[in-house]
Amino acid sequence: MSEHKHAHPPKQEEIRVKALESLLVEKGLVDPLALDKLVDVYEHRVGPQNGAKVVARAWCDPAYQARLLEDATAAIAEFGFEGRQGEDMIALENTPSVHNMVVCTLCSCYPWPVLGLPPVWYKSPPYRARAVSEPRSVLEEFGVKLEKHVEVRVWDSTAEVRYLVIPMRPEGTEHLSEVQLAGLVTRDSMIGTGIVKPPESAQ
Amino acid sequence: MKGAHDLGGKSGFGPINPEQDEPVFHHDWEKRAFALTLAAGFLGKWNLDMSRYARERMDDDSYLASSYYEKWIHGLQTLLVEKGILTQEEIEQRMRQIASDGKLD
Repeated sequence: MSEHKHAHPPKQEEIRVKALESLLVEKGLVDPLALDKLVDVYEHRVGPQNGAKVVARAWCDPAYQARLLEDATAAIAEFGFEGRQGEDMIALENTPSVHNMVVCTLCSCYPWPVLGLPPVWYKSPPYRARAVSEPRSVLEEFGVKLEKHVEVRVWDSTAEVRYLVIPMRPEGTEHLSEVQLAGLVTRDSMIGTGIVKPPESAQ
Repeated sequence: MKGAHDLGGKSGFGPINPEQDEPVFHHDWEKRAFALTLAAGFLGKWNLDMSRYARERMDDDSYLASSYYEKWIHGLQTLLVEKGILTQEEIEQRMRQIASDGKLD
């Protein structure tokens, strides 16, 4: 069980948000309905289910995988996933000898079109500080224990370049469809802090 | 530019404690802070780098003590005032009014 320091809303900030919104609405600079729509998009429509579709296709279609590794922005746009915070994407392929993981040490850069908004831990000091200096111990906190011979590559996102990790396809999934495979792909596996488990153990 | 935000390799922050089944937003005010920041960005008075810099200019202790969307709303206020869209006085006055009304919605 993790505890979060903002379990109780910071009242002052709640008031500040309300004040800014009401002033901007009064001046006709923002439309409250547009705000509702933005919230709906990022709460319900954009999320790791998008990235999972990209990963599953890469697993099933070698030509797609090649396009994804060559020009991730264009290959991801084939699904219609594009725009804000995903303008310049790079796909990183995990292999038996290389494990990639992604961080943003300076802030919270994250590939919104394929993963949605980042979780709190991704934006918080412990992960941002430690991912680059002790990635293996960070991975162990996520339950990922890599063999010694596996090279860990940590990628520090920037305001421009965002990364999507293509996790390894689990063994014993040859019979699964692309849609079924997408259901196995987790958010953390596409950040590089998780691995995709075969269906039996994914329960 | 060095500052509290430049966290790579720093020590002393402890475990990561990822939250299981984390919601996209934890509170309604976070939803509004997120959407308001995006919508105000559409006014075209600043870019993404300016938004980040507005957050990074918080003093170090406040930066580290603030949650993500607290930083966002702080940064948004800074930009709105600097660009002359709102004044500090009208923001503070509106905050006092909302606090005394006790109504947030």
